[in-house]
Amino acid sequence: MSTQNTDWPLWEVFVRSKRGLSHSHAGSLHAPDATMALRNARDLFTRRGEGVSIWVVPAAAITASSPDEKDPFFEPAADKTYRHPTFYTIPEGVKHL
Amino acid sequence: MTTAPAAGAANETAPAELVAEFDAVVAADGRIEPRDWMPDAYRATLIRQIAQHAHSEIIGMQPEANWITRAPSLRRKAILIAKVQDEAGHGLYLYGAAETLGVSRAELLDKLHSGRQRYSSIFNYPTLTWADVGAIGWLVDGAAITNQVPLCRCSYGPYARAMVRVCKEESFHQRQGYELLYTLSHGTEEQHAMAQDAVNRWWWPSLMMFGPPDDESAHSAQSMAWRIKRHSNDELRQRFVDICVPQAEALGLTLPDPDLRWNEERGRWDFGEIDWEEFQQVLRGNGPCNEQRLTQRRTAHEDGAWVREAAAAYAAKHQTDTGREATAV
Ligand SMILES: [Fe+2]
Ligand SMILES: [Fe+2]
Repeated sequence: MSTQNTDWPLWEVFVRSKRGLSHSHAGSLHAPDATMALRNARDLFTRRGEGVSIWVVPAAAITASSPDEKDPFFEPAADKTYRHPTFYTIPEGVKHL
Repeated sequence: MTTAPAAGAANETAPAELVAEFDAVVAADGRIEPRDWMPDAYRATLIRQIAQHAHSEIIGMQPEANWITRAPSLRRKAILIAKVQDEAGHGLYLYGAAETLGVSRAELLDKLHSGRQRYSSIFNYPTLTWADVGAIGWLVDGAAITNQVPLCRCSYGPYARAMVRVCKEESFHQRQGYELLYTLSHGTEEQHAMAQDAVNRWWWPSLMMFGPPDDESAHSAQSMAWRIKRHSNDELRQRFVDICVPQAEALGLTLPDPDLRWNEERGRWDFGEIDWEEFQQVLRGNGPCNEQRLTQRRTAHEDGAWVREAAAAYAAKHQTDTGREATAV
C-alpha cells in the first residue's frame, strides 16, 4: 500500500449551472492544488453539462457559523416581522403596492 | 416503529436538549447536517453504510470494465466507458459524504483494502460474456435504483444529496443495459441464448442485493427509526420483482424462477426461495471473485502511489502560486 497515507487537501466545489444564476455548492473533493481541484471538479460534477463555471475553495478557508449558537446567532431576525411586506395593512383597492 | 427512539441514550454525556432536538428534526422529516449533534450510533451506522456504498461503486467498476476493450462497437464502448466513469463519480460523491462524518478518505480506503469494510456482494460474480454488461445494467443498476431512490430522502443531508445526484445518473445505466439485452435477445439464436444465460446468472444475485429478509436484518429497525432507511429489505425486493417481470417479458427473456406467479390477492408477484446460504458464502469472502476484486483494487491503489506523490510534490513546490490562479467570480 502507499507509503503516504495522508489525504490531499479537501476542496469545496461550487458550480454555476447557467449564466444568470449564482454558483451553488455541489460537493467536495480532494486535490493536491487548485488547478487539479478545478479539473477534478469538472470531471466529477459537470459530466453532463451541469455547469458553465466552477469555483473551488479550500475547505479549510471556510468560516462557518456554529450550529451550537444557531439560535442566538440568528435570533435577531426572528422577531422583526416588520421587515416583511405582509406585516403591513393596506386599504382595500389600492394597487401596485 | 414510527418515531425515533431515544437514540441519544448511547452518548451518555449528551445533554437531553441535544437529544431532543435531534429526535425532533428526524421526526419532522428534517435533515441532520454535518455539524449538528447526533447520537454516536447514528454517526457510526451512517459511516458504515455510506462507506460500504462508496466501496461498492468503486469495486463495481471492475466487472464491467472487464468488457471495455472487447465491446462490440464504438457506440457500445463509448457508452460503457461513460457508465464506468459514472460509477467512479458515485464512489467519490459517497466518500465525500462519509468524510463529513469525521472519517478520512485514507482511512476508508484502508478499511476497504484490508477487508474491514465491505462492498456489495453482487460484484463478486464474474462477467463471463458481453451479455453480462446488459444484465448488470438492467438488473444490478435496476436493483441499486430501487434501493437508492428512497435514500434521496435519508435523514442525513449529505448522503441524501449525494443520492439525488447518483439517481439522476443511474437511469442511463439501466436503460443502456436494457437496450443492450433487447438487441441481443432479438438478434441471432446464439445472441438470444447469451442474453438468456446472463439473465439466468444475474437474477438471483440481484435479488440478494436488497439484503437479508426482514426478520434477520440486524440494523433495519433502528435505521428506519432514524429515517436513514425508508422501506424494509423485503418490501424493496418485492417492488423490484414486480417491476422486472413485465420488463423481462418485453425483452423476450424469462426469469429463472419456476415459482414466479402472479398473486391476484396481493396484486404482486410471488417468487421462489432465495439461496441465503450462497449469499452468506459470498459475504464471507467465498464468492467466485472476492479475491480477484480486492487484489485488483489494492494493485490499482499501489500503482497509483507515484502519481499521488508526484502531484503532492508539484503542489508543494508551486504552493506560492496557488490561489492566485483561481480568481473566479
Ligand atoms: Fe452507481
Ligand atoms: Fe450505475
